[in-house]
Amino acid sequence: MIENTKFQSAYNFAFLDERTKREIRRKILKAVAVPGYQVPYSSPEMPIARGWGTGGLHITLAIIGREDTLKVIDQGSDASVNACSLRQFIERMTGCATTFDSAAASLIQTRHRIPEEILTEQQILVFQVPQPEILRSVERHENKTRLMHAEADYSKLWVSLYEAYVRYGSLMRGAGYPVRVNGRFMMSPSPIPRWDVPNLSGARCLYLFGAGREKRIYAVPPHTTVEPLEFEDVRFRVEDWHGTLCAYSDQGQAFLDEIYEEDSTRKFVVNDSNFLDKLRGGPRPPQRLFQNPQ
Amino acid sequence: MTSSDWLLRVRGLTKIYGQPDADSLANTGPAAATNICPNTGAIVACADISFDLYPGEVLGVVGESGSGKSTLVQLLYFDQEATAGSAHFTALDDGATDLFSLSSQRRRYVRNHLLGMVYQNPRDGLNFNFSAGGNIAEKLIMAGHMHVGNIRQRAGSLLSQTEVPVARMDQTPRNFSGGMQQRVQISKAIANQPPLLFLDEVTSGLDVSVQARVLDLIRQIQSELGISMIVVSHDLGVIRMLTDRTLVLKHGRIVESGLTDQILQDPQHAYTQLLVSSLL
Repeated sequence: MIENTKFQSAYNFAFLDERTKREIRRKILKAVAVPGYQVPYSSPEMPIARGWGTGGLHITLAIIGREDTLKVIDQGSDASVNACSLRQFIERMTGCATTFDSAAASLIQTRHRIPEEILTEQQILVFQVPQPEILRSVERHENKTRLMHAEADYSKLWVSLYEAYVRYGSLMRGAGYPVRVNGRFMMSPSPIPRWDVPNLSGARCLYLFGAGREKRIYAVPPHTTVEPLEFEDVRFRVEDWHGTLCAYSDQGQAFLDEIYEEDSTRKFVVNDSNFLDKLRGGPRPPQRLFQNPQ
Repeated sequence: MTSSDWLLRVRGLTKIYGQPDADSLANTGPAAATNICPNTGAIVACADISFDLYPGEVLGVVGESGSGKSTLVQLLYFDQEATAGSAHFTALDDGATDLFSLSSQRRRYVRNHLLGMVYQNPRDGLNFNFSAGGNIAEKLIMAGHMHVGNIRQRAGSLLSQTEVPVARMDQTPRNFSGGMQQRVQISKAIANQPPLLFLDEVTSGLDVSVQARVLDLIRQIQSELGISMIVVSHDLGVIRMLTDRTLVLKHGRIVESGLTDQILQDPQHAYTQLLVSSLL
């Protein structure tokens, strides 16, 4: 019988070994110190394929503690397959408490959404990022994009925005709208809708971004300015549903999903599942809303 | 060095590819009739180029293929790294700073705000993934213009000035004729009214009637805006039409310099005589 407690379980706490965690934590510290800068990291093998949320998983596992309460959301939902699998995996590897409640969680891993409810100083939001390089759409070569970041040369990105406006009459970027962090680095906010972008700026919580396949970590510390790119006369706007209300809660002022029924009628539903539950069960949780410019 | 009456002062500009030895410069040049160092194989693209350019002046650089004339403007436009030499430009710090000592950020500033470049191949100067207006917008955005309405107005007026139909502003230059691409490139280069413009073989590859219109355009811009220009060409006709003063380059060295008329009427150096006598 093995008496040493160290070997009583098959895995280390939170799956990753302590040296790997330390490496990732070091990279996170650097990312927080230089907001918006992409820090390369090891991106070790995980039991899921790279590109399926490993970046977020690395960060979550590296910073989670035994007292943390975990929430995992995938496109606003706690119940999607991806969210359930990741939550169960982290739960089994750490024994941490889990929750659906955005306010009760101390650590939230997310894909493609920021919870509608205001996050506080006690919370950390970890994003799964498919493509951390915002300049990739205008420049294929990594050595050139790094140089462009180093020299703050973002004219190509601006021109692509100009072109979108000229061609389509609006700054056509649905998800992953380019933002400038702390007046310096252009950053991909991960494919969150424009609706969520204003919530990145001046937030009380810490935002961490992990891109496992691309092996990059970056961060937006609390109370950091994050500006969406806009021209002086063509301004950034969030999605507008023109007063449409959620079919389940009869409320608006939240990111709505458009759902088609089998008889081809459609309805709109609040995307953030926990927010929807709260809207239906009681008072409206605190929320930051962005006013579109006139 | 402080500003006197010159705009650009270049001294000892040298570009060597490969590993030179102590004798590389002595073993190359017009006297040696080569620009490849016999000992090390290093290529001396241009060496010890010194000249002054005055405000509003158009300087021609003429020479055969491989004489280093394109390298010269590419060095000044920071497309390539100079091996040695200095360049002072009165538009920057009143000429007190050597351009080649600048950090890459400052170089970018000089490129975007103070210089313009028209390449021989429009592909080098234009991004064919962007529209013609977008290409001009890029230069304006780099120089700090952030108002779409103003950018479009300026792009439109530049395109009509260079006789590109404004209706085609939002099309990619890929679909334009060669002459039109070249005119879009010129619009882009002069978009932020730089005090100095480089023209690298702008009319090569265009047919003769289009050549004439592009040259007309350049002359017109020069007389209207008073921009100083360095015109690189192997074509003495272009040089005669555009320039006030000319440098003749051979094997990377200046073999003759002087007023364009004088050089064409009374060439001194044997190579220049050959050039002039080959002129149709």
